[in-house]
Amino acid sequence: MKLEDFRGRQADSAASEEELREALEREFQVIGRRLRRTDGMSKSTGRTLYADDITLPGMLHAKILRSPHAHALIKSIDASAALELRGVHAVVTGADMPVPYGIIPWTRDEYPLCVDKVRYIGDGVAAVAAIDEDTANRALDSIEVEYEVLPHFLDPEEALERSDTPIHEPHKPGQNGNISKKVHLEFEDVEKGLADSDVVIEGEYYFEGTTHTPIEPHCAIGYFDPSGKLTVWSATQVPHYLHRELARVLELDVAKVRVIQPPVGGAFGGKSEPFDLEFCVAKLAMITARPVKILYTREEVFYAHRGRHPMLMHYKTGADRHGRIKAVDATTIIDGGAYSSFGLVTTYYSGQLITAPYQMESYRFDSTRVYTNKPCCGPKRGHGSVQPRFAIEVQLDKIAEALDIDPIELRRRNFIGTNTRTINELRITSNGFLQCLEEVERASAWKSKHRKLDYGRGVGVAGSCYISGTNYPIYPNDMPQSAVQLQVDRSGRVAVFAGASEIGQGSDSMLAYIVAEELGVPLDYIRILSADTDLTPVDLGAYSSRVTFMCGNACIDAARKIKKLVCEAVAEAWNCKAKSIMLAGGWAFKAEDTAQKMPISEAFNLAEAKFGALGATGSYNTPKDIHGTYRGGTIGSSPAFSFTAHVAEVDVDPETGFVEIHKIWIAHDCGRALNPLLVEGQMEGSVYMGAAEAIMEEHIFKETGLHNAPSLLDYKIPTSLDTPEMQSIIVESIDPEGPYGAKEAGEGPLHPSIPAIACAIYDAVGVRLDRLPFSPPRVWAAIRERGRQEEAGELSPWKSPPISVPLPATGD
Amino acid sequence: MIEALRLTVNGDTQEIGVPSHYTLLEALRYVLGYTGSKQGCDKGDCGACTVLLDGQPALSCILPVQEAIDREVTTVEGLAGPDGPHPLQDAFDLTGAAQCGFCTPGILMSAASLLQRNQSPSNHEIREALSGNLCRCTGYTKIFDAVEIAARALRENRPAAEVVRA
Ligand code: FES
Ligand code: FES
Repeated sequence: MKLEDFRGRQADSAASEEELREALEREFQVIGRRLRRTDGMSKSTGRTLYADDITLPGMLHAKILRSPHAHALIKSIDASAALELRGVHAVVTGADMPVPYGIIPWTRDEYPLCVDKVRYIGDGVAAVAAIDEDTANRALDSIEVEYEVLPHFLDPEEALERSDTPIHEPHKPGQNGNISKKVHLEFEDVEKGLADSDVVIEGEYYFEGTTHTPIEPHCAIGYFDPSGKLTVWSATQVPHYLHRELARVLELDVAKVRVIQPPVGGAFGGKSEPFDLEFCVAKLAMITARPVKILYTREEVFYAHRGRHPMLMHYKTGADRHGRIKAVDATTIIDGGAYSSFGLVTTYYSGQLITAPYQMESYRFDSTRVYTNKPCCGPKRGHGSVQPRFAIEVQLDKIAEALDIDPIELRRRNFIGTNTRTINELRITSNGFLQCLEEVERASAWKSKHRKLDYGRGVGVAGSCYISGTNYPIYPNDMPQSAVQLQVDRSGRVAVFAGASEIGQGSDSMLAYIVAEELGVPLDYIRILSADTDLTPVDLGAYSSRVTFMCGNACIDAARKIKKLVCEAVAEAWNCKAKSIMLAGGWAFKAEDTAQKMPISEAFNLAEAKFGALGATGSYNTPKDIHGTYRGGTIGSSPAFSFTAHVAEVDVDPETGFVEIHKIWIAHDCGRALNPLLVEGQMEGSVYMGAAEAIMEEHIFKETGLHNAPSLLDYKIPTSLDTPEMQSIIVESIDPEGPYGAKEAGEGPLHPSIPAIACAIYDAVGVRLDRLPFSPPRVWAAIRERGRQEEAGELSPWKSPPISVPLPATGD
Repeated sequence: MIEALRLTVNGDTQEIGVPSHYTLLEALRYVLGYTGSKQGCDKGDCGACTVLLDGQPALSCILPVQEAIDREVTTVEGLAGPDGPHPLQDAFDLTGAAQCGFCTPGILMSAASLLQRNQSPSNHEIREALSGNLCRCTGYTKIFDAVEIAARALRENRPAAEVVRA
């Protein structure tokens, strides 16, 4: 057989000479095009295997017994009857895994199963492995747990005041054990800033908690092979952290633990730390020597939670008469739920991330995260900063109104600029915020609408910024945050081994586009093997919008190493300079003469003959000199920030209080859109989620601490009929450090939704809703209150014509 | 109790033994190995388990398996044939309408049934037809685009990719 027979056939579909000449004119061949995803067809044909689609021979199914009490001591657990049931293989309790875990190494306060105390209704106390789920469920019923019920706290303000039955041991003796974290930071003199202000606006905002609601429930499978190696498949966003925590908690050699993350069916931050099911399947697999699977019920997904923290935010904002911000003073109480999760970071983020895109002369925040006896809160898309963004943007709207300045103009005047530092010393590089404002102003026809639409219809604007990854990893180390390994086959097929987690955002595709761009191979010659800790180099996970920026840069690094070798080998064959060799469209060719070309696989073969096996690793680490110089100044620091502006247009029915979002215009600065189609998908998915938080979603509890509505029927997320019309406008500021200039697009675009809608409601009917969600009863009550004030002559009628609707009957 | 029954799924008629309390979704996923239909809630709330029953969308997670006897069950695996993917599948791929893809199998079945009834659905008709299928990733926008493109591809009898380019 000849060597040629081993080469791929990409030349059959490779670019024509004319196309190659055109390629020379373009900066990019693949980047920036609206291409298919690498996993789109397998998802659309139902062939993608998610965690729950995996079945292993002899697999057992496990279930977790959950606490019926919000706060109680576990006096005893008797599982003997359960163990006697036919088909039951093992039962584990907290005593079997007494090592605490937690995503943040300084706040490990959870156990795989509760050891001596339960802290919310739904906390896990025992797990049963059986031949099927029905048997496991029956076994749960026969486990006897004796509890000593304790008083429980649902209200963070109450928990803050009372330390008699703390939910956790105090961090320091004498402290209230209900305090999870406190952060107080001040930058410049806020009192002076307020005193010097021409207008000071004070407001109190309440953000009701919300949850991620991925359509795929959490699922994990454990298998412990007889040689002592543990493998866990899990629908996780953080295979690397899970790998470490499994080894630590189960006291195994970390080299003998393998985590495989199948494609995840939605996560949004809700799967970004270890959960009880992963430890339980592992432990039960170790005991039974059988594969064990746990699939959460939908109800359990609500208990696992880690959703957006409820926050009570008190803001005082001062500005001069031109609308320039002189002082921001924020005090925030954060309802953390039963455990720490990412709470330390959340507490910082609640203050650290609102200091752009606006310049502030002085700023201080005081944030306290409090434990309550409810499912634990954590990071949801826009971690920790969606809530304060609501507060600060509405504050700006109120200032604009007080000063009679157009709210878009007010934001322009406060623009922080490019290549600068925020007041809390975060480094800002590229910044397309001004253009974002302009785009939404024009697209929405803002000038002809703001305060000009008929009563009942209104527009509102808001802006925001977000990190492209955190500058520091969760556990301190100097190693790269992300790495990629490439392997080139003689056929021209390139394999990409990457730790990055595909959770629907398109990270696999992003890596393929980069390799195709750099090496000139067609997309279908690229295979992505991601998130398997035995095969792939470390990536820290799909959280904090880090993957495109960090793993993308690592991938470029690896691909360019191979590109260099290939170009050198071809140059040698053609006796020319390596820099005149181009790789594109399935060919290696000469820039000066596109007729001189060879199929890319032939070029790879030349390089392999000259240099040996063709492979490379690449990595990315963050710059270490860009954070704030104070304690806590590393948190919030990011190698790049994305920027967003929204205009929302709403209809408010004054008779019912029902808010209909007519349309949202979104302009987002993602640096560069590697694939605009996927960027739009992230923008629209974000905005839809934010809009739903504004008007529908409410993660609330009954007085007993029982979740109010742990189902997809009762916890309302938008259907296809509810989703607003959206128009996405991509702004490209070309970041100096991002891959081809790219920044994040998956979380930033969510932030302005809520305040833009709040301000649009105000524009429509003249009522301020500072408490989420803007549900019909709340809107209705606010309109009624305004009507009363108008009748009493305290307020003049909102817009003209004056309200003609009769006041709704009082009923009281 | 194990019950023997005959099911017709994606054109194949098979005799299977299932616990008599099984739903159609359980029979598909656990007995027949058709894992394309997803379980998002197991309560009839999310639509991820949608299959076609004699061409009509049905929630397989709340359908006792016996209800499927003597009827044609079509799952997402039955949409593509030897000639390639269904135009809807191609259109979903072209528009990035599947992000995490977990809702996709169910949405495709609702959409396929819509396109059988209505060759040129309006945006509102598409929204109505998909209103029983929750998607948490996309905000639905690209899904609406995909269904419109697939409808045109079917009407004009040409590939979805050509419709997008046009
Ligand atoms: S799984 Fe059937 S509707 Fe959700
Ligand atoms: S694509 Fe993820 S739920 Fe629809």
